Amino acid sequence: MAKVRGAIVVDVERCKGCEICIDSCPTSVIRMSPTVNNKGYRYAYMENPENCTGCSNCAIVCPDGVITVYRKKIEVEI
Amino acid sequence: MGELRLMKGNEAIAEAAIRAGADAYFGYPITPQSEIMEYLASQETHKRTGMVLLQAESEIAAINMVYGAASTGKKAITSSSSPGISLKMEGLSYMAGSELPCVVVNVVRGGPGLGTIQPSQADYFQATKGGGHGDYHLIVLAPSSVQEMSDFVKLGFELAFKYRNPVMILSDGVIGQMMEKVELFDPIPRVTEFDQSWVATGKTPDRERNIVTSLDLDPHKMEQHNRDIMAKYERMKKEDVRYEEVDCDDIDYLFVAYGSSARICQKAIKLAREEGIRVGLIRPITLFPFPTKEIAHLGDRVKGILSVELNTGQMVEDVRLAINGKVQVEHYGRVGGVIHSPIELLEALKKTFITK
Amino acid sequence: MKTTDNLNMSTEDLIREENLVYKKTECMTDAVLSFCPGCGHGVIHRLTMEVVEEMGIQSDTIGIASVGCSVLAYDFMNVDMTGAAHGRAPAVATGIKRCWPDKFVFTYQGDGDLAAIGTAETIHACNRGENITIIFVNNGIYGMTGGQMAPTTLEGMKSSTTPYGRDISLMGNPIKITELVSQLPGTYYVTRQAVHTPSAVRKAKKAIRTAFESQKLKKGLSLIEFVSNCNSGWKMTPVEANKWMEEHMFPFYPLGDIKVEGKLIK
Repeated sequence: MAKVRGAIVVDVERCKGCEICIDSCPTSVIRMSPTVNNKGYRYAYMENPENCTGCSNCAIVCPDGVITVYRKKIEVEI
Repeated sequence: MGELRLMKGNEAIAEAAIRAGADAYFGYPITPQSEIMEYLASQETHKRTGMVLLQAESEIAAINMVYGAASTGKKAITSSSSPGISLKMEGLSYMAGSELPCVVVNVVRGGPGLGTIQPSQADYFQATKGGGHGDYHLIVLAPSSVQEMSDFVKLGFELAFKYRNPVMILSDGVIGQMMEKVELFDPIPRVTEFDQSWVATGKTPDRERNIVTSLDLDPHKMEQHNRDIMAKYERMKKEDVRYEEVDCDDIDYLFVAYGSSARICQKAIKLAREEGIRVGLIRPITLFPFPTKEIAHLGDRVKGILSVELNTGQMVEDVRLAINGKVQVEHYGRVGGVIHSPIELLEALKKTFITK
Repeated sequence: MKTTDNLNMSTEDLIREENLVYKKTECMTDAVLSFCPGCGHGVIHRLTMEVVEEMGIQSDTIGIASVGCSVLAYDFMNVDMTGAAHGRAPAVATGIKRCWPDKFVFTYQGDGDLAAIGTAETIHACNRGENITIIFVNNGIYGMTGGQMAPTTLEGMKSSTTPYGRDISLMGNPIKITELVSQLPGTYYVTRQAVHTPSAVRKAKKAIRTAFESQKLKKGLSLIEFVSNCNSGWKMTPVEANKWMEEHMFPFYPLGDIKVEGKLIK
């Protein structure tokens, strides 16, 4: 059977912490950082990276285009 | 010799636009210049040279269509008369700020407001001092014959592209409506290969994108941009001042007049000389850049200067600046569509400087 | 159990070029967007440029920026652009398209620009059927100048010039210019979209693609309205603003196609 793993990379310095990505994530991967970037914004990060499926929802709604998405199908033989 | 024709001034403008290889005309009807677009339409310019012709929904739209065409490197022209030119002033300010070339014809009528459809030279300030917002100038050409209506379209495009600045042909209802013999210049093919280094025609992989704009939010960059534009105006003053002197060899008095007023002055000079009054004329052809030095030079040789204009006294201010108090400079003019006669000008000259 | 990759593989191992599924298009520049956090403009900019990239038309595309928050569109879109005076973008686009009928020409305008000061230029470009694409962003407010009433401000909606809410008896009605231009014979494709959720974004991108494809076929004018947010002007968080938009803007400005292939469907 195939499972999907995904990951996002956030361009931290360009993130404005609008949180729209959080709402768009179906698997509750994203949270806002407790610290801020150089512009003073909290930024998105993967709080639960193991849940990411690489669906790209967060990236396509991101107003600032700061999210890059990776996705890999993993064949698992049981 | 080029082709000779008997034409209206407005028709000469239109024929010259086609022959000058203009890529596009965008306009809106207004008296006394509607023949320009009518003539272009009669010529089916899209068939004759491929020139685009479009009647816009307003003068504002027309000048912004010109802006669009010019921002892609095209030779675009529009025409209107005073109230319509006021509407184009926003676009002209943007074009000057964005450093875009174009030719704009103003067949001036009397104002202010809706004014009259009769001839006037009341738009001198608007044409020469910028006219819209911000620190800028148009190059202003003032034809005084149907021949010059034709010639200045070609010259106008040359100057517009030399400086990447809008050029205004400041005519009036007299020159626009009257018929004269005109020798048409030979047609210049439309240019399809041109310098695309600054124009918005599509970013190719070999260059950065081109942006045409008058905006810069960085005040220091904006200041430099303004200074660069001012440097162009200084260059115009050195290289492209145009004027004509008439009977100035032995003068005691001088008329300064442009366009239709200059024609009337020429007859007044003849009448004056029959009475032994030695008067000549300097006719500024470029109202910006203004022939300041040339007028100052003539000012050293005369007892009085009369600035003759179909307005209440506009160019006279530039004449006074040129003369700088060395000699008496006065204004004479009729307004509201009334045109002065040669006898009237002679009487004005005598009354102002001789019989006082 | 035999796998080439482990389900528990680390994030670092996933972040490899061969696994890349989404990144910002090269048709956007690297400039940091000047928009407020959460503003829909950024998504609409990007979707437009994604379509340009996917159609391979960057070298034949000319954009026209307008006045308002979209004034700096040319800082972010990596295509040749010209900046129009307030409201005049459709006239500028007309001038360009008439001289370059084979290029792709689009305007990017806000609601103040398109539906107030530029109404004449908009309606006449639509009516002539200029073969261009108009990207129209409607956030019901003048964002750039600080949140004043726009022609699209809803009844009762607060703005800095309607601090007690828009009173229709004093200030007139909000204008549905998209429905208005759909009535004109020159428009070929007219639709209203949003970009606040992933599914909305996917539909919106298809709409932009349809508009550019129609332009390629020289079918006439396409106008895509994006009902968008202005969280600064509305004085809400981005997430609240999107919710407010769904509850208040969408009932008055319903999403969906209005005119497809020259035929009204609503």
